[in-house]
Amino acid sequence: MTNSELNRLKDKAFQIFGIFCTFIGLVVLAIFLIDIVMEGAKRLDWDFLTSLPSRRASQAGIKTAWVGTLWILVLTTLIALPLGVAAGVYLEEYGKKGRWANFLEINIANLAGVPSIIYGLLGLEIFVRQMKLGSSLLAGALTLSLLILPIIIVTTREAIKAVPRSIRDGSYALGASKWQTVWNQVLPASFGSILTGIILALSRAVGETAPLIVIGALAYVPFTPSSPLDEFTVLPIQIFNWTSRPQEAFLTNAAAAIIVLLLLTFLLNGIAVYLRNRQQRKVKW
Amino acid sequence: MRVTEKIIEGLLWLSALITILVTIGIIWVLLSESIGFFKEVSIVEFLTEKEWTPLFANKKFGIMPLVAGTLLTTLIAIAVALPIGLTIAIYLNEYAHARMKQIVKPMLEVLATIPTVVYGFFALTVVTPFLQQFIPGLAGFNALSAGIVMGIMIIPMISSLSEDAISSVPRSLREAAYGMGSTRLQTSFGVMVPAASSGIIVSVILAISRAVGETMIVAVAAGQQPRLTMNPLVPIETITTYIVQVSMGDVPQGSLEYKTIFAAGITLFVFTFALNNLSFWIKKKYQEKYD
Repeated sequence: MTNSELNRLKDKAFQIFGIFCTFIGLVVLAIFLIDIVMEGAKRLDWDFLTSLPSRRASQAGIKTAWVGTLWILVLTTLIALPLGVAAGVYLEEYGKKGRWANFLEINIANLAGVPSIIYGLLGLEIFVRQMKLGSSLLAGALTLSLLILPIIIVTTREAIKAVPRSIRDGSYALGASKWQTVWNQVLPASFGSILTGIILALSRAVGETAPLIVIGALAYVPFTPSSPLDEFTVLPIQIFNWTSRPQEAFLTNAAAAIIVLLLLTFLLNGIAVYLRNRQQRKVKW
Repeated sequence: MRVTEKIIEGLLWLSALITILVTIGIIWVLLSESIGFFKEVSIVEFLTEKEWTPLFANKKFGIMPLVAGTLLTTLIAIAVALPIGLTIAIYLNEYAHARMKQIVKPMLEVLATIPTVVYGFFALTVVTPFLQQFIPGLAGFNALSAGIVMGIMIIPMISSLSEDAISSVPRSLREAAYGMGSTRLQTSFGVMVPAASSGIIVSVILAISRAVGETMIVAVAAGQQPRLTMNPLVPIETITTYIVQVSMGDVPQGSLEYKTIFAAGITLFVFTFALNNLSFWIKKKYQEKYD
């Protein structure tokens, strides 16, 4: 075999290895999803969705968990959305370039890299103890809001950056003030992309477990929360709780709850991808 | 009008300021509680003692076993994710059709959107029993399956960031390599990967930082036994798992046990903070600039 034939052979071999690597993750994912669905589907019925938690696996349900997750989702959106978009608008439209802007940028990049469990410690000390909110929905939502704030800020900035200069100039030329320009032109024009980023950030928040465990969200809550100051549990914590029990029946429950959690995550991601595609088709500057 | 504009700008500025307050808050919370901890436990003991038993009667406060557990799972995760992630990046850039790249990339991203507690379930109920068929000594909780599954989770992180780095290498370099008669493989490893090395290193550092801070996979599947070992077959405990373990239990606020989670937290924070800033520094300093 000549040298060049050998090289070509190596090239082919790497190509096959490349295909293998590209699909191994997806194959593992598929195996996993099938395993979960086979295991969980037999437990997943209306009773499971509407029952309160119980010490008996066959009677336990996820009502408190999914109600808690929805509460957290809504509260986190209400807190993180205005804050994150406002901060993004400030940094992109108002902030002057220079040391201060640089510092803010590095700081946000750093916050995005802080492990979620550290946000839990922050929330425990500030919201649960200093602000005396206890292990409430509000404390959990505030903690998760801080966690996803960097993601929302970064996507807001990128969305705003994509709005061309001419739109702003046109608005100023008609006599609009800076805020009128931002509110009437820049934000509506970039709203689709901002929304995509926010939904992706929320899908991350829905799956978060560790920070909520740290602030003291309970594994066993015998009632559905009715106000933001009530104690709560969420789907991931319920899954964690059932997974850490030795009995087989609880693992089946966990698998069924995972199906619900994954449906919710995939739904949020699906909406985000749909919005992004629609946005890309619609907007041509 | 003027006044409203100013007020609005002030409110926007406050929102941006919150990000700084969060950083200050994190550092303040971790420091203030840890200082309380280090008043009772010497920092020398914390760093050199070889056992971590704050919840037992015979208390010992050596962080090393938790650090070892964290490093072990991280090492396994990177050993899985780096070769696979980098190969995917090269394959998608140099071999695959543009259409395939378009389809595969979002599919890989799905791996990153799955909640980590779900990966933990997977490691415990699927991967560990599967591996036990080949490795007889494998315990029910172990660093190996947790590490492998964590590796699968961070594949898209390495593949996507490395792919960005490789595809930003200018065409002229690639074409010069092909012009010299190189195969795709030789072009990849002789030209593209070295040219994109800073971006690839950044992706690996960020992946390490992510693995160090990962909580639920290890909390579910790696065990809760702090142990100073590099044996991947036995139960261990990571820094993050310890924080979860204490948070689940009934530890009175203000007690020494309670303060240990902040001491563990600050250790974790120092690791990830250093890694993240190292990656920013490399990105800034070594980013290849082509015209």
